[in-house]
Amino acid sequence: MAVESRARDYSLIGPEGAKAQEKGLAGAAWYQSPIPRKQLKDLMQRSDGPALRDTAIWIAALALSGSAAAWLWGTWWCVPAFFVYGVLYGSSSDSRWHECGHRTAFKTRWMNDVVYQLACFMILREPTVWRWSHARHHTDTIIVGRDPEIAVPRPAYIPGILLNLFALKSGAKAVRLLFIHAAGRLAPEEETFIPEAEHGRVYVVARIYLAIFAAVAAACAAVASILPAMLIGLPTFYGGWLAVVFGVTQHAGLAEDILDHRLNSRTVTMNPLLRFLYWNMNYHVEHHMFPAVPYHALPRLHAVVKSDCPPPYPSLWAAYAEIVPALLRQSKDPSYCVRRMPGAVAGSR
Amino acid sequence: MSGAPAAIWVAACAADDVEREDVVRFDHDGRTYAIYHSPDDAYYATDGLCTHEEAHLAEGFVSGTIIECPKHNGRFDYRTGEAKGAPVCVNLKIYPVKIEAGRIFIDLA
Repeated sequence: MAVESRARDYSLIGPEGAKAQEKGLAGAAWYQSPIPRKQLKDLMQRSDGPALRDTAIWIAALALSGSAAAWLWGTWWCVPAFFVYGVLYGSSSDSRWHECGHRTAFKTRWMNDVVYQLACFMILREPTVWRWSHARHHTDTIIVGRDPEIAVPRPAYIPGILLNLFALKSGAKAVRLLFIHAAGRLAPEEETFIPEAEHGRVYVVARIYLAIFAAVAAACAAVASILPAMLIGLPTFYGGWLAVVFGVTQHAGLAEDILDHRLNSRTVTMNPLLRFLYWNMNYHVEHHMFPAVPYHALPRLHAVVKSDCPPPYPSLWAAYAEIVPALLRQSKDPSYCVRRMPGAVAGSR
Repeated sequence: MSGAPAAIWVAACAADDVEREDVVRFDHDGRTYAIYHSPDDAYYATDGLCTHEEAHLAEGFVSGTIIECPKHNGRFDYRTGEAKGAPVCVNLKIYPVKIEAGRIFIDLA
């Protein structure tokens, strides 16, 4: 059997997008596990309580670790404080922008929007761009040429993933796009998923972000120290590693171009601390199948659909025990992917 | 002479079929509609597909007088069809509703 060694074009403006449309993969109907309407309605109920509690803990932990880091600046004791602060700032912001972007974390709309804006800044994801990017990701999850959020294209570029542990590749791209947007332009790919009416908002926010970073740089110059940047801006880079560790588990090594989230997404069992940091996004199959269910109800949703889904990975280690060999194999054979439910009929509803 | 087309009332479902603060799907003549029962016991009807990317709204979440699309969480006021912000930008078409003998009729004129 011939091995497909040629890498596919993952660009949204290349030939794969048109092919996906021809094959009926764009904007298609996806498989959903059957759930009685009454039960689904109950799972979709919104509440401010869990997210208010979690956000209060998150902000308090940020304030505490950030204050400790600043106070201990100049000693080695600041290292563990920055470690905690960085993870809370650069990694936990990932799930916060995500959940609040769906506007399901809080019942109250403005609370979702406030935390969304804050978390987007922390992880350097421009809010308007990523709102539309993520909508497309949910429409066309891991459909090549359509999904702008395929984190690990085939063949995997392992050095790129390692660089992203400190946001060196993704962060550099984000900064470059900030300048493009601040100049009043979008990248060609972004024009395919951001409506024209929203372009002005992108430009304004990019200029605000750059103004904030300029103010931080000025503060560093004024105090002749990088401490201000260690608290605002740089944590996106030195604290972003856990978001990558979590994020790679979501889809890497699984099927492309298939209309069934059970075959292109992973659910990984995690301990309560990691689930707090990740806001239950480890229930990723469930989230993609029913994005209207808030993060705090995902464990209950998991219990409802688990008999219709592949067994969850019992730990991050277990997930990576599958992902790493799969990515290495894909480097030689990009057509390879992990298949966990060979009997599943994709696209059936 | 009035320019308004004559009403075309079509029986959609029994009023009891729609729980309070919920939505059901109604298909007719190759089109799909959504029928809502509001918390104050009124009934409403809209087009059944989200104006953003055509997900079935009847699979979405009703909160008060808002229907939230199940796919991208776009929100509409189902009484007026008004889109309430990104990712939905285009309003939803609404249809008059009446109840007769326990059945919901919508005017598809």
